[in-house]
Amino acid sequence: MLRVENLQASYGAILALKGISIEVNEGELVALIGVNGAGKTTLLSTIAGILRPISGKISFRGESLIGKSPEDIVRKGISLVPEGRDIFSSLTVEENLRMGAFVRRDRLEYQRDLEKIFALFPILKQRLNQLGGTLSGGEQQQLAIARALMSHPSLLMLDEPSLGLAPALVDQIFELITTLHQQGTTILLVEQNVDRTLEIADRVYLLQTGKVKFSGTAAEVRHQGEVEKVYLGGIE
Amino acid sequence: MLSVEFLLNAITLGSLCALLALGLVIVYGILKLVNFAYGELIMITGYTLYLLNSAAPLPWLVMALIGVLVAMFTSYSTELVAFRPVRTKSLTAMLITSFAVSTLLQNAALLLISPRARAVPLPKLFSASVTILGIAIPWRNILTILTSLILLVGLTLLLKKTILGIALRAAADNFQMTRLMGVPANMVISAAFVLSGLMAGIVGLFWVGRTASVTPTIGGAPLLIAFVATVIGGMNSLVGAVVGGYIYGVIFSFLGVMLPQSLLDYREAFMFLVVILILLFRPEGLIRGAGTGERVG
Ligand SMILES: Nc1ncnc2c1ncn2[C@@H]1O[C@H](COP(=O)(O)OP(=O)(O)OP(=O)(O)O)[C@@H](O)[C@H]1O
Ligand SMILES: [Mg+2]
Repeated sequence: MLRVENLQASYGAILALKGISIEVNEGELVALIGVNGAGKTTLLSTIAGILRPISGKISFRGESLIGKSPEDIVRKGISLVPEGRDIFSSLTVEENLRMGAFVRRDRLEYQRDLEKIFALFPILKQRLNQLGGTLSGGEQQQLAIARALMSHPSLLMLDEPSLGLAPALVDQIFELITTLHQQGTTILLVEQNVDRTLEIADRVYLLQTGKVKFSGTAAEVRHQGEVEKVYLGGIE
Repeated sequence: MLSVEFLLNAITLGSLCALLALGLVIVYGILKLVNFAYGELIMITGYTLYLLNSAAPLPWLVMALIGVLVAMFTSYSTELVAFRPVRTKSLTAMLITSFAVSTLLQNAALLLISPRARAVPLPKLFSASVTILGIAIPWRNILTILTSLILLVGLTLLLKKTILGIALRAAADNFQMTRLMGVPANMVISAAFVLSGLMAGIVGLFWVGRTASVTPTIGGAPLLIAFVATVIGGMNSLVGAVVGGYIYGVIFSFLGVMLPQSLLDYREAFMFLVVILILLFRPEGLIRGAGTGERVG
């Protein structure tokens, strides 16, 4: 469904992606792991159209995404939950969700989607009229994911959704990702929580300094000991 | 001193300042650009009234409506032609562009019309007053206050209830994230400039009504007022702009009755003194907004 070929991207003189190729198939949960600065966020930003690549190809359902604006890419069905959540803090929870549904115009469907969201995130129903900025970190993360789901993405990209959350909330977020995956959502997940990620991912790409160092199924990654080599007892 | 007349004058001025500030901050919130060409929109409204009246005098309300529409259209076009091409460059580039647009519009009026003041038509009501409980209240004041209230309520409804309004607030909060929701960047920015033009146009009607004339440099004072009011209220909040505008109106009116005759010419200087004092205690303005302060790139 998503195909990235030989992608290069830079911040000024810093080459952050040095020719990355990945693929995500319909219904898969694919994880990107790697140490800080490996280029995971940069890869997601480039796919989402925030950053223009220098060279390489990105195609989604056979259509090239190169040169498309972020707003066009969302309309094609790719939704990003960025690192650090970035919910609209001066908007209420409900308004955040309405923004999430911006690309959808059907009022009735919106109501139905809200009910589905409340089933997944009961806490948001209680907080509906509260300002986004007044939510706790975990609630904000749930809102960020819920907001992305409101656009009915074909591909959901999550950038470190468990970052900075208490262990109980991390469990909750991982459960949620599993649920979404089981419901058929295609997910591209960036995570530092490697063990948990390997438990739920179908396939994994291990990034190192802007390149794919290793890719394979979660089981393969674990058996080859690649993760340990790269992380060198760092994060994990 | 605190007579009804005084209060009425203060609120009238405050209403105009509030609208002025709103028009400036609606663009600032999203682009982080202080649009120096904002005052010229008022000039444009004035000249539209003048030109229409000398070509074919229509009922005032019709001319006023056209005047406001022309201000909105001018605001929209300046964004399209001047600001959009430099938007992704630096903020400095945009600031200089807005200076250029301001100068260009002023010089166009200077060359194409006249450096001297031109008379604008006013409705009869503007010079009439109504006596309530023994107090003569000018219609101009009543109209200013009512129009502002209607506009403020309308704008609030737009910003709170419509998806476009919510998108405008979202864009001021976090522009990039708003685009990631599928909101076209150009659409929200255009909408902000159109609304900014609406505010300037409507204020313009009352502003030129004060002297019944328009000059190429008429936009300077309202731009400064709008800027000072937003600084008082807080640059990152629409509520702050309104609050700042009313505070400006009240303080300015106060200075008018409190200062001795000999110092009255220095009213603006005293005004700045008050602003500096406010900023010493509240550097971000009275109302803190939620904007990230990040620029649109
Ligand atoms: N805005 C930026 N300006 C300049 N360099 C940047 C910027 N963002 C990232 N980089 C650089 O690009 C490289 C890749 O960063 P990126 O954020 O993609 O890493 P990451 O894998 O997401 O790391 P983390 O796990 O810490 O989130 C790093 O060397 C980083 O310093
Ligand atoms: Mg990152």
